Amino acid sequence: MLTLTCPCCGVTVEETELAPGGEAHLKRFGPGSSDEEFETYMFARKNPKGVHFERWRHAYGCGKWFLTARCTATLEVFGSYPAQTTEPPAELIAKIKEKRPGWEGYK
Amino acid sequence: MSQRLKTGGRLIDRSKELTFTFNHSRYKGYEGDTLASALLGAGKSLLGRSFKYHRARGLVASGVEEPNVLLNLGKGDRLEPDQRATTTELFNGAVASSQNHWPTLAFDVGAINDYAYRMLPAGFYYKTFMVSTWAWHKLFEPIVRQAAGLGAAPTKADADRYEQAYAYCDVLVAGGGVAGLMAALKAAAEGKRVLVAEQTAHWGGRAPVDGGEIDGMDPEAWVKKTLEALGKMDNVRLMTRTMVAGLHDHGYAILYERVADHTPGDGRPRHRLWRVRAGLTKVASGAIERPLAFAGNDVPGVMLASAVRDYIVNWAVSPGKEIVVVTNNDDAYRTALCALDAGQKVVAVIDAREMANGPLVQAVKERGVKVLEGHAISKVRGKSGVVAVEICRQNGTGSVEDVLGCDCVAMSGGWSPVVHLYSHSGGKVMWDEAGAMFRPDPARPPVGDKGQPIAEVVGSANGALTLTALCAEAGIAGGAEEEHPITPVWIMPAKAGNDLKFKSFLDFQNDVKVSDVQLAAREGYASVEHTKRYTTLGMATDQGKLSNINGLAVLSDALGQAIPQTGTTTFRPPYTPISFGAVTGEARGEIFQPLRKTPMHGWHEAHGVHWEPVGLWRRPYTYPRAGEGHRDSVNREIVNTRTNVGLLDASTLGKIVVKGPDAGKFLDMMYTNMMSTLPVGKCRYGLMCSDNGFLIDDGVVVRLAEDTWLCHTTSGGADHIHGHMEDWLQCEWWDWKVYTANLTEQYAQIAVVGPKARKLLEKLGGMDVSKEALPFMTFKEGELGGFPVRIYRISFSGELSYEIAVPANMGLALWEKLNEAGAEFSAMPYGTEALHVMRAEKGFIMIGDETDGTVIPQDLNLGWAISKKKEDFLGKRAQLRTHMADPDRWRLVGLETLDGTVLPDGVYAVDQGVNENNQRNVQGRVTSTYYSPMLKKGIAMGLVKHGPERMGEVLDFPADNGVVLQARIVDPVFYDKAGEKADV
Repeated sequence: MLTLTCPCCGVTVEETELAPGGEAHLKRFGPGSSDEEFETYMFARKNPKGVHFERWRHAYGCGKWFLTARCTATLEVFGSYPAQTTEPPAELIAKIKEKRPGWEGYK
Repeated sequence: MSQRLKTGGRLIDRSKELTFTFNHSRYKGYEGDTLASALLGAGKSLLGRSFKYHRARGLVASGVEEPNVLLNLGKGDRLEPDQRATTTELFNGAVASSQNHWPTLAFDVGAINDYAYRMLPAGFYYKTFMVSTWAWHKLFEPIVRQAAGLGAAPTKADADRYEQAYAYCDVLVAGGGVAGLMAALKAAAEGKRVLVAEQTAHWGGRAPVDGGEIDGMDPEAWVKKTLEALGKMDNVRLMTRTMVAGLHDHGYAILYERVADHTPGDGRPRHRLWRVRAGLTKVASGAIERPLAFAGNDVPGVMLASAVRDYIVNWAVSPGKEIVVVTNNDDAYRTALCALDAGQKVVAVIDAREMANGPLVQAVKERGVKVLEGHAISKVRGKSGVVAVEICRQNGTGSVEDVLGCDCVAMSGGWSPVVHLYSHSGGKVMWDEAGAMFRPDPARPPVGDKGQPIAEVVGSANGALTLTALCAEAGIAGGAEEEHPITPVWIMPAKAGNDLKFKSFLDFQNDVKVSDVQLAAREGYASVEHTKRYTTLGMATDQGKLSNINGLAVLSDALGQAIPQTGTTTFRPPYTPISFGAVTGEARGEIFQPLRKTPMHGWHEAHGVHWEPVGLWRRPYTYPRAGEGHRDSVNREIVNTRTNVGLLDASTLGKIVVKGPDAGKFLDMMYTNMMSTLPVGKCRYGLMCSDNGFLIDDGVVVRLAEDTWLCHTTSGGADHIHGHMEDWLQCEWWDWKVYTANLTEQYAQIAVVGPKARKLLEKLGGMDVSKEALPFMTFKEGELGGFPVRIYRISFSGELSYEIAVPANMGLALWEKLNEAGAEFSAMPYGTEALHVMRAEKGFIMIGDETDGTVIPQDLNLGWAISKKKEDFLGKRAQLRTHMADPDRWRLVGLETLDGTVLPDGVYAVDQGVNENNQRNVQGRVTSTYYSPMLKKGIAMGLVKHGPERMGEVLDFPADNGVVLQARIVDPVFYDKAGEKADV
């Protein structure tokens, strides 16, 4: 059972307090988009063995969504940050690159 | 024959005699005995039958690794099968019996399998049962079901109670042996919060049996002193009978405390499951001795060498009077010395190594015991007990040089560190060539949230197999006799022929032999994981604690590759089986899950309600009166509502307030229809889709004020729809100024439904509820009968209907007042089933009946509720995909059986022809089906291919028992087609 830090509450909580929300930083495609764009947005998900950006909601706490970078192989958590952003904070990217030199980036 | 020795036994108290029964005979033991030691002490060595061949089996081990002696324990509501005799503490009055035999343990008909072993090789089941599906269903499955399984499952509910608890610590020490206590002492001295868990009832592990010296003391004295020191420290918690069952993500450990197994019925919870979050887990879980694979190594009387000395030292029970020790290492010589000290005869030590001359070997030789170097056991003679062993050269094929009479064989193939906990959450192991063992790789530990190691391994679990190595690792003075290196021996003798390998067991519980693993390799099984499943090696309840390493070594040998290349199978929690009771804890019966109650819950209960669970809520299904069946009462409630007035507790309906300058814009995205244009004071039915286009919820939206809307959701949907809204608000449109609040439980809601509804409300008075003052699809706030209310003119039944919201604390009072005042209008409460029937009579859809996650609004003829003006809403893009716009989609229709009967729920309408799986083609299915007391016939709704274009057509619906029901496609609105009754 994971522990993650809610950036809104500032507390580290057990997974049972959280609800998972899948991959982070998806770009929504609505009306006017091509079938391919919509398909990618709706169905194509990354499944890396390694660094993964994910959405979590502090469902049984403050109710806020937040995003994390976590290694799916070792379960190391590199950091969490509020969901109100289109890309991860620069310092988090730098931290991951330092720890995982071969990392391809989040895109 | 095994027997109790006159003296000794460090764990038993001879002044406290206990009696117990085994297979209906009475026996005596002592306090401190395990069931295993007591049985052995009573001279019982045949204690069970093996799973596949029904071979006679006895104890092999003295601890958690015991594969053979699993017993039925207890009776009645405390009966539990598959209890391991070696880890069951004896208590007075214990009732045990053996398993997996018929008719008796001594004479077992199933033992005929043992003669048919050539016909039951590895993969026998796969090969045989693939013949045909007919043969499986008619022939094999009934036989297998009869023969399979160990103990019989209890038939009564468990009389015991179980509980769960939480704990936190800086350092969790898994194992209370010497290494664990040393680790605990060190962590405690550093001021850390330490929790030490020992799976048995005793501290010290093997050291008090094996001897040596720690810090100038004998191990027993050192353990006692250390425990005293730890016991005085506030930051240390010591727990016996507590196994660390699993080490999970981020240092989350599950501990299994057997609180009252040894004192059944004393009122305490039987087991306690601890959920522990540990900063660091010191794994001090020890090592398990490996058997040697020689023919007949499963005959009762053949035991692990360490188990033999455990029984002698701990419980003063000698497993035999004439003991042969067979080994490939020095440690087993301790057993010879121990047996000699206990006055038993050691016939010989058979050492597979070409040369053995360590100090322990010398000591044995000096006591006049014959040591046969370079030798092996070719075969054990005896069926239900050891009679003799045939001796051969280890490097030969097994030609017999000598026969030694004996009644016990103590075997040792070396030791395997218990790496389970280290491996559970990702720690890796490495092959140690010198020690012939897998041990934890300190460079690849399981890691926590910060990437830090969450487990460190100490003592023999870390490969420090001798007390000398263990003390050196901990930096404490101490040690025992020097041991010379082990020589790995995986098959005994090395070139054993088939006749021997067919009886050389690797996995005792699942009857997997050397020949089976070699056969798997010949048949192409190269992966250890596949071989495990094919042969069932290591798949029994002991999870391969004895067999794993021997099995993969034999596999490696057969594949001609090194052991590390083969690797291990995955170690999965729990370390040993834990009870379902502990997993369940207190969550059973009434408190299985929390119950949500409306303010009127108690009233319903007092009025004979029959409940229907809706999510965590209980909703009244119907209120049967004396002499009424549920169907009668539902019909009465419907007829009364449609002719007089009915009252429904609608409090569970989801109520989400959406407020803010951008609330209208937001709701236009959430709903398929336009909500921003809804005038203040008005109500509008709305549909919600996922962005994948499928219908997920529906309900009436009302505009409370210029910037405030109240969204009603389904009863089951309130929480997840609120979450859905928050998801989009927080993660997609976070710059929109909108707040949401789930007020579901803040209001009680009562539907007053039926032609006399207005009269009833007028009687309460205080508000003008006329058609003019409060038209259909509007709402008004005010005071009704003294209650502050908001009344919505909405209808889910097609009748004149008022839904009255009132602060939750007044819900019951208003409900009672309505019932009381309604008496003169024949007002009656009605339940969810009446609600369902009435909505179906009107052709209204129900989320979860007409929808199942694959249905879009267009399928339900709800295109009118999908805005064509809006540029965007959730689901709009998805609904433009070709499959969503396919004219062949199944669409909503009404269905009427030709004979008026009620269609079964969920039945399919068949079409011509068959599909690629040779199944009949289908063209529709029933989504809702009821008896309508108004129409006095069955009515149904369903989704049918091209449905609305096929009015009047008759479809075939095959139901159970070969009956085919015929139903005509009709308009889904069965009652008041013109819709004149609601808007009055």
